[in-house]
Amino acid sequence: MSELVDIRLVVNGEHHHHRVEPRLLLSDFLRHTLGLTGTHVGCEHGVCGACTILLDGDSVRACLLFAVQTDGCSISTVEGLGTIDALNPLQTAFQDCHALQCGFCTPGMLMTCTDMLAKYPLDSDEQIREGLSGNTCRCTGYQHIVEAVRVVRDQRVQASSTEKASK
Amino acid sequence: MKPNSFAYVRPNTIEEAIMALIESEGDGKIIAGGQSLVPMMNFRLVSPAVLIDINRIKELSKLEPHVDGGVRIGALTRHHTLETSAEIQRQFPILHHAMSHVAHLAIRNRGTIGGSITHADPAAELPMMMCLLNAQIHVATPEGQRVIEAADFFLGPLTSAVEENELVTEIYLPSLPDPHGWAFEEVARRSGDFALAATGVILVAQDGRVAQARIGVMGVGDTPLRMPEAEAILVSDGVTDQSIERAIDSIREAVDPPTDLHGSTQYRRHLIGVLANKAIKQAWARATGAHDV
Repeated sequence: MSELVDIRLVVNGEHHHHRVEPRLLLSDFLRHTLGLTGTHVGCEHGVCGACTILLDGDSVRACLLFAVQTDGCSISTVEGLGTIDALNPLQTAFQDCHALQCGFCTPGMLMTCTDMLAKYPLDSDEQIREGLSGNTCRCTGYQHIVEAVRVVRDQRVQASSTEKASK
Repeated sequence: MKPNSFAYVRPNTIEEAIMALIESEGDGKIIAGGQSLVPMMNFRLVSPAVLIDINRIKELSKLEPHVDGGVRIGALTRHHTLETSAEIQRQFPILHHAMSHVAHLAIRNRGTIGGSITHADPAAELPMMMCLLNAQIHVATPEGQRVIEAADFFLGPLTSAVEENELVTEIYLPSLPDPHGWAFEEVARRSGDFALAATGVILVAQDGRVAQARIGVMGVGDTPLRMPEAEAILVSDGVTDQSIERAIDSIREAVDPPTDLHGSTQYRRHLIGVLANKAIKQAWARATGAHDV
């Protein structure tokens, strides 16, 4: 075993300090060390998207990062989006649109959608589907996921036009 | 699916990174975005003794216009930064467009230009773009620095000209003639996948003639390639149905596509011709100010 390395990072707003083996994947650090099992592990080579999290605000695959690399960084996982009693708007839209069946891909889908809603206008279904193309859902629930993203996009467009109108 | 053990070092400067490479005695590996390296480590196809993380070397992340035209792109520039850079969109619209074909947002957020070209996947967009745009690749060496032309950079599948103790630091893209026409055509089985075949074309029109032609292809050989014969045909004969036909024939003859479970040699050879036909026509329409085909 190689020498353990000290890391300090913020996960969902909480500060953590741990000593980790360099080869520990971020996905395993989140699940096993911190007990945040919301981040799912599918393929472990960056293809399925189930382990997608936000690293300093950007969506990334947690299975393609070593925990040691995130020293000094800020991470958001699905646990940081909302609570069971107070889902965030994206989670609410997933629920309302039946955008999940077995739920395995859902954490990765939510984190991917969070980032793509922030970075792209998503003004066509084609763009939404393109944005989802890096996340695999084996219940073939894509149709409803696209719908959920559309709902949140429309809410935001409406909110910003109301804001403009009130100025 | 867990990597072998390794020691981890995180240099803050290029010099420290080169020193770490030397000290690892051939068993060190640079990690930038890690989007190709970490899957290979997880599968234990690659097991470096020392992983040298260059993500904190600030001077590698610059993206700025060069005083003589063109742009200087730090090796650590993320794909998403290239995709959204106004400077890239203004000077190299073909690169801006091609970036949307590179993998998925979560990969583009992390993957870097230096990593992609050093990895040298023959079916990846950035290596081919480097050939098409006549990139000059700056490499830090134990002795100092050297510059490698894109034409000399890609040696074979997953093999670049970067030597054991060297590190790509910057990519210089010389400016393109203004105006020019361009087109990029790709076929992949799924959105974001590596290309079955793709081509990039840049044409410069002058009084109805082709003053300059560049044709790059990928996914149809061991490395990304330029097609000098097809380029010469367009320059000497202009863009007509007959000259395009001859250019395509020469491309199909010049490439040697692999057969794998995604497509046969024969299919890929056919495909690259179809894509080149579309791309030449569209680039010429743009070069002559006609509407997009």
